[in-house]
Amino acid sequence: MSESGKNALLPVRVDTLQMGRNGRALLDRLSCEIDSPGITVIMGPNGAGKSLFLRCLHGLEKANSGKVTFGGTLLDEDVRKRQSLVFQTPVLLRRTVAQNLAFAGGMHGPCDTQMIDEMLSLVGLLDLRHQPAPRLSGGEKQRLAVARALITRPGLLLLDEACANLDPASVHQIESIITTAAASGTKIILVTHDTGQAKRLASDVLFLNKGRLCEHTRAADFFSRPASDEARIYLGGMLLL
Amino acid sequence: MSLYSESLATAFALIMSADADLFEIIALSVRVSLTALLVSCAIGLPLGAFLAIRHFALRPVVIGMFNSLMGIPPVVVGLIVYLHLSRSGPLGWMGLLYTPTAMVAAQVILITPIVTALSCQIIEDLYAGYKDLFAALVVPARKALLACILDARYSLLTVILAGFGRAVSEVGAVIIVGGNIDHLTRVMTTSIALETSKGNLALALALGFILLAMALMVNLAAQWVKSAARKRAYV
Repeated sequence: MSESGKNALLPVRVDTLQMGRNGRALLDRLSCEIDSPGITVIMGPNGAGKSLFLRCLHGLEKANSGKVTFGGTLLDEDVRKRQSLVFQTPVLLRRTVAQNLAFAGGMHGPCDTQMIDEMLSLVGLLDLRHQPAPRLSGGEKQRLAVARALITRPGLLLLDEACANLDPASVHQIESIITTAAASGTKIILVTHDTGQAKRLASDVLFLNKGRLCEHTRAADFFSRPASDEARIYLGGMLLL
Repeated sequence: MSLYSESLATAFALIMSADADLFEIIALSVRVSLTALLVSCAIGLPLGAFLAIRHFALRPVVIGMFNSLMGIPPVVVGLIVYLHLSRSGPLGWMGLLYTPTAMVAAQVILITPIVTALSCQIIEDLYAGYKDLFAALVVPARKALLACILDARYSLLTVILAGFGRAVSEVGAVIIVGGNIDHLTRVMTTSIALETSKGNLALALALGFILLAMALMVNLAAQWVKSAARKRAYV
């Protein structure tokens, strides 16, 4: 966040992003501009390129061509340090819950016990601060992964199906954390298969199919009047082949 | 059977009588082996971690070389160190031949490939799981390396033990570069070799039992630490 309160990483501009392997286009000249605060949801069937696109946004994958800018700045290490990414399967260090947060928190700036406790309190893990992280339940692990992503105070939080395979109570807790973060000014870009979750959280939706951006519209419009045939088929519960 | 019981009785008697010579030999064995282990770990653990997480053109060759060096014959190492430290050798001016330092040097050459190659394998497996996380958190290479060593600490304990086992049980190299000089470079293994050659089998076996007991205690301690770590899901 900039001092003026405006998110310095916005708008996110994606310009003809192209990526392919073995002659197959994984991302097909993908262009879009994400300038709204709040939560942007990326939807689409399996193999649509959602996770790959998210990884490109964070610089974990390099596109063959095209560029991504954040607030007018090309993706570089400084921009990456102001982003955080949460994976579908949480990767936790073989340390205690608090030490996991301390590792991430101390990576690019100061991180004291108070910050750690505040973050653990936010995600409801304060009582487990001295527990070994690998011993946590699936939902607790994912909440810790989200807390670890948030402790770096990112301007942009990327979540790759962070609620997949979790029970409803855990999904609810993580969604609350995400909406709280969004309300405090962190831009959220979330990949999900869950239409219900997208309806609950999204302010705008990017719909991808076969590496191509089919549409990018406000969430209300997307769910009531999808513009693309692919989105209509997908939302209608039919198989998108 | 009487030989074994006699040896056990001799060993017990030596320990109970706090035999100064025996304890001097044990102390030197432990001192030389631990010093060599410390130096090897200081070199081998970061080097193993580096090889595990950094990819460069000659990486497979370097890893293959360390894997091969794990099986290097101790007498060959002893001979190489001897040639370097002897009066006519390039390091002869240091006057280190037939000193505990020469024995440490030989053991370092023997143990470092073991520590490097085994820690590389362990950290490589760990890093496969951490790679994306470190990339996502933009973790600098040095911090990633230290984090891997720290998180693999309990598994690396086995590597350190293997190194200690190799060092404390080694005889071929230390007898060449140490010379088995009484009150100076005589360690347990060289004493066993000497007593056996003299036909003093009871004393040789007694020393062997003490050596075995030491190895057993170290292993038990490591197992206890590892089982505590397993309870916390850290291994």
